[in-house]
Amino acid sequence: MLIFEHSRPGRRNYSQSPATSAEIAGIPENLMRKAPPLLPEVSEMDAVRHYTRLSQKNFSIDTQFYPLGSCTMKYNPRACNSLAMLTQFLARHPRAPESTGQGFLACMYELQEILKDVTGMAGVCLTPMAGAQGELIGISMIRAYHESRGDSARTEIIVPDAAHGTNPATAVMCGYKVVEIPTDKDGDVDMEALKAAVGPQTAGLMLTNPSTLGVFEKNVAEMSKIVHEVGGLLYYDGANLNAILGKVKPGDMGFDVIHINLHKTFSTPHGGGGPGSAPVGVAPRLLPFMPVPVVALENGLYRWLTEKEIPQSIGRLSAHMGNAGVLLRAYIYVRLLGAEGMHRVAEFAALNANYLMAELSKAGFEIAYPNRRASHEFIVTLKDLKESTGVTAMNVAKRLLDKGYHAPTIYFPLLVPECMLIEPAETESKETLDAFVAAMKEILEEAHSQPDLVKNAPHTTPVRRLDDVKAARELDLVWKQHSA
Amino acid sequence: MPFIPHTEEDINTMLASIGANTIDELFDEIPAALKTGSLERVPPGLSEMEVSRLMLERAEMDGRYLNFIGAGAYEHHIPAAVWQITTRGEFYSSYTPYQAEASQGTLQLLYEYQTIMASLTGMDVSNASMYDGASALAEAALMAVRSHKSSRRILMPTTVHPVYRSVVRAIVKNQGIDVVELPYCKQSGQTLVEALDEFGKEEFAALVIPQPNFFGVLEEVDALTDWAHSKNALAIAVVNPMALAILTPPGEWGEKGADVAVGEGQPLGIPLSSGGPYFGFMACKQALVRQMPGRIIGRTTDLDGKSGFVLTLQAREQHIRRSKATSNICTNQGLMVTAATIYLSLTGPEGLRRIAAQSHANTLALLEKLENCKGVKRIFSGPLFHETVISLPAPAKDVLQALKNQRILGGLNLDEYYPELGSAMLVCATETKTSADLENYTEKLANAIDNL
Repeated sequence: MLIFEHSRPGRRNYSQSPATSAEIAGIPENLMRKAPPLLPEVSEMDAVRHYTRLSQKNFSIDTQFYPLGSCTMKYNPRACNSLAMLTQFLARHPRAPESTGQGFLACMYELQEILKDVTGMAGVCLTPMAGAQGELIGISMIRAYHESRGDSARTEIIVPDAAHGTNPATAVMCGYKVVEIPTDKDGDVDMEALKAAVGPQTAGLMLTNPSTLGVFEKNVAEMSKIVHEVGGLLYYDGANLNAILGKVKPGDMGFDVIHINLHKTFSTPHGGGGPGSAPVGVAPRLLPFMPVPVVALENGLYRWLTEKEIPQSIGRLSAHMGNAGVLLRAYIYVRLLGAEGMHRVAEFAALNANYLMAELSKAGFEIAYPNRRASHEFIVTLKDLKESTGVTAMNVAKRLLDKGYHAPTIYFPLLVPECMLIEPAETESKETLDAFVAAMKEILEEAHSQPDLVKNAPHTTPVRRLDDVKAARELDLVWKQHSA
Repeated sequence: MPFIPHTEEDINTMLASIGANTIDELFDEIPAALKTGSLERVPPGLSEMEVSRLMLERAEMDGRYLNFIGAGAYEHHIPAAVWQITTRGEFYSSYTPYQAEASQGTLQLLYEYQTIMASLTGMDVSNASMYDGASALAEAALMAVRSHKSSRRILMPTTVHPVYRSVVRAIVKNQGIDVVELPYCKQSGQTLVEALDEFGKEEFAALVIPQPNFFGVLEEVDALTDWAHSKNALAIAVVNPMALAILTPPGEWGEKGADVAVGEGQPLGIPLSSGGPYFGFMACKQALVRQMPGRIIGRTTDLDGKSGFVLTLQAREQHIRRSKATSNICTNQGLMVTAATIYLSLTGPEGLRRIAAQSHANTLALLEKLENCKGVKRIFSGPLFHETVISLPAPAKDVLQALKNQRILGGLNLDEYYPELGSAMLVCATETKTSADLENYTEKLANAIDNL
């Protein structure tokens, strides 16, 4: 039932809006609303019950193992939430003077410094609001850098075929042509293809390392050399930073600009698809182009640096200073972990991933890159299973839901057929991983003994397989009274 | 080890299964030269008790002020139920609803959100939200250019929030799009159609129309919308959703209505929180739905014919279309929209209208009091919603400093953005201000002026 269907004309919550109806004065008639908007008319209890029930229809980290590859679904510590929601932090207006926000700004400054250290970059700006915006900012800086040198012949961004879709989409938004390069049989970028692709037209390369194939690009230092030699810059997509946190710094791999998904590596909530937060880090040559604002510490006072101090800045990408509350959560998380805890993140993410890969392999699943170490994730391919039983990666994913597990990422990266990208994250215990392997084994058996059971999954979720084609053909995006 | 459950025994069993002797061995594909990994500038870990104390001290350092700043972020009362429900783990710790059957809670909520936003803006459809109001406006500009095809010019009144204007420039400039700024009327504070004709001689893709505008003034939206349409351009509305409880929705502006409506969703149950996370909203006419960026939720049926919800029109998006996507965006602000939907369910139409009306009335009442202070004047004559620009007989910077010393944030100094207004500030009094607050503010302002 939709909230609108609980609605009764005239029902309302008296204590949560003004007791009287104030007079509206001086607004011309043509600017005044004629009919009220379609908002539910329900009691507080109706609303609480409705949305509590809706929440119960979600899988989440707090309720299920959620091994969604490339998304780093680690536990979100509760302290990060409750301390970021202290009254004073919530009440602070974004345009309030810096002097009234020294406590908040101190957290931001320290987070900036910690992120610089962790990534090996010379500067960090905290404001990007999501990974894709971090990318947009990073590629804009690369563009600004070339333009500042009068180097206008650079029109191409190189992207490996295993990259996230945001990489090519971002390059295009920044006015670049995308050149895609293939992956070799071991899952590394094809170096010959890279050498053939670079030239005076190359503005930069976007790379995720470890890649979305779940392996560390061994040739990263050489790639960096090849791109830098032709005058291009290197962009690091930090989607998989969790795999190398405290082990390798992107700056040491030769990257000029990076983004860090705080909602992945630094455990800020995914929130059903946002808010994200993706600070960008830059090498010294890109410092003049950083987006604003950036926090500075001067004479014992924290303040924002703006276009005045960074005149070549690519500008502002958010109305205020990005997702401040998310940044506070990340700050609390890094203080809880400390340096030693941060080293452990990658270690245990790798331990869990390699263990799960070994156990699934023993259980009869085909590993896409069996001769490689898993990073914090790895790929299972169900190509043979599909050929022998007709059961697809999609079917297995849906059957996992019946068994109480969120499905791994499926059909991404696009170059491995019938793939499942599995990322367990460091916060899961061995028992959970073992139970997941047992569930996968059961599904494998079912695929042979009762393939229809798997193909028609899920069976136990609030709804069964939904018709995506119908959704796109017969668009129903808003509820209307008569459609009830 | 914080947040890591492994026992010594687990580690040994797991390594044995992998066939490795140490955890370090799992990193043996990484060239040794790259393994630096020391973190000198990261402090040692703290316990939850220690971090709690640290954060409390930081929060107390910032304190609380009586706030009269608006300028795109507005203080409204947020019912307790909003964030208690929003931070339930099932909403807080779930991901983008790719597995629809395991995400019906978030998906249905987003469908309800889309319904409310479409109705509030008077539009046919809404997406599932954008990063914030400023970036939503930039995306609307890109959308207008995509759908217009022949022009890459956007007309942007200078009554649009100055930071929104710079965000739009930063986002669209790499695509060869021209943002042309339009003058405002010095008397009324509005964008006047008469002043626009010279800018309409050359083709343009869209006219941006703020309501209320940055000065808190209401624009003549009907005339502006019709003017844009007469020039074969789109009308992009930038609106405060709270104001739409009492103001004509963009879908009813002029003869045909605005084509796209965007804005900052923060007033709908999102705390000020130093500027974020907030959410942007975007709603549009049916004809433009396939040009919309961001997530869109659709209702469909399952194998048994039961109603359910999915992400739809994904063929527009980066994970399918890659370099040909409508935008690189892949998140919405899911958790913020969760809060906003619960907020709107608790206020209902009458509650929202009362909050908007009270905010309007409080600002008018404050303005009346302030105009009795020596040398304080309302600058613009145009009708206003819940914010206004006043001129001061002393430098705004000093007046604001004096007020701050008495724990009042008196408004936003406009000298950075509109130096031509002289000593001026933008002031807002929402429903959260009592008449005693207005009295207190007026008295302190008068004192501050006297002492300067």
